[in-house]
Amino acid sequence: MELFDMLGFGEQGWGLTLLLATLLTVALTLCGLLVGAVFGALVAAAKLSSRRSLRNAGELYSTVFRGIPELLVIYLFYFGGSTLITAIGQWFGAEGFIATPPFLVGTLAVGMISGSYQAEVYRGAYLAVSQGELEAARAIGMPTLMLARRILMPQIFRLSLPGLGNVWQMSLKDSALISVTGLAELMRSTQIAAGSTRQYFTFYIVGGLLYLVLTAMSNQVFHRAEKRMNQSQRRSLAGGH
Amino acid sequence: MDFAFLLNTMGKLLTALPTTLGLFFLSMLFGGLLSLVIVAMRVSPIPALRWFARAYVLVFRGSPLLIQLFLIYYGLGQFDAVRESLFWIVLREPYACAVLALALCTAGYTAEIVRGGMLAVPHGQIEAGLATGMSRWMLLRRVIAPIALRHCLPAYSTELVLLVKSTALASLVTVWDVTGVAQQIIQRTYRTMEVFVCAAAIYLLLNFLLVRAAAMLERHLSPHLRKRPQTTSTPEPLASTLG
Repeated sequence: MELFDMLGFGEQGWGLTLLLATLLTVALTLCGLLVGAVFGALVAAAKLSSRRSLRNAGELYSTVFRGIPELLVIYLFYFGGSTLITAIGQWFGAEGFIATPPFLVGTLAVGMISGSYQAEVYRGAYLAVSQGELEAARAIGMPTLMLARRILMPQIFRLSLPGLGNVWQMSLKDSALISVTGLAELMRSTQIAAGSTRQYFTFYIVGGLLYLVLTAMSNQVFHRAEKRMNQSQRRSLAGGH
Repeated sequence: MDFAFLLNTMGKLLTALPTTLGLFFLSMLFGGLLSLVIVAMRVSPIPALRWFARAYVLVFRGSPLLIQLFLIYYGLGQFDAVRESLFWIVLREPYACAVLALALCTAGYTAEIVRGGMLAVPHGQIEAGLATGMSRWMLLRRVIAPIALRHCLPAYSTELVLLVKSTALASLVTVWDVTGVAQQIIQRTYRTMEVFVCAAAIYLLLNFLLVRAAAMLERHLSPHLRKRPQTTSTPEPLASTLG
């Protein structure tokens, strides 16, 4: 088969499948990042807490999710989730095995792993906010919620953007591991295409290139966002940004 | 809790530990050596070499390790030329393919870490070395390498932890490492949590030892940054001795 037919959008082509799979990968990573933002914020808050038990809990979360292979975490969620759901199902009278939806498993796994890295990003950003500003806000009698909304959050968001860019890249690559659950994201679709055409080399190269395009594009997006967020910042006289 | 099952699982997982350790050490060794070659290219005066090194780092850091591994294991075997060549002895083994993929990938990350460390060497010190008539090689050995190594170490220990975690992917090309065996036991028994806890304990212990070793090496390499031990006798004030 000709290369262009194989990769094209015709009946024999895998172009559309791979393109849709790329979109699924982006969706998966995006959802994972959002889930991770929730976990990351909670863990960062726990680590910065004045209570020892909370600090230890935060530390434990980081150690576990940063020290264990991502693949094991995915297995835990995939097989563990199915066992749990099947048990609940049987309790309600359902029969047989109930599988967990792979997208949900993937989002949760990618999210909780990226949460452990995001926690460090947020913690660093919080510590970089100048204490004087917080004191000034308290001195003029701002309530805590307003202080968080007006002083803390905007700065934490700006300061954590470069770190979040790295976490995003990492999550994008972690999302490829969700292919073991059978979810037809980019990695899995590449595998299917390679297997059914027996053109392994070509399709893995194409799949790899699509991932490269994704990472390059997201780099651009984060670069622009950083530039935009830093508009209000004082620039050095030397120029550049 | 079923301790007999936990013990049995732990025993089975520990038999796979040498495979995981072998994957880790071999890919660390080859990846480390390769990264030095890439850094040398990255800072070389020849534009083509610099360009190649940049492309290498971009490709291997920008795509998932899994796809690199499958490209090497399944992709290369597709060609008759590869199958008939001398390399086939290596490339037909899943273990060797896993080491190759891990080494190629970690080399990309390590090269950037080493380059970062080299950029941190103060320019004045290099100039001082040149001014005293050191050759390029001696300058590298006596001035640049020791300083760069100290700067690299924290980031490199993080990279090594990531490498330990990456060895788990070898299980997807039928290498029976700790994760592969764990997955097999989970599929047979469906006791996910117990098996996960055992496997997790092994990886956490490995990473803990790794981080401790790196911290000890860092301490060993930077004696000048440590606090001076308190001397028991207070030295005489300078003025009185000169008196």
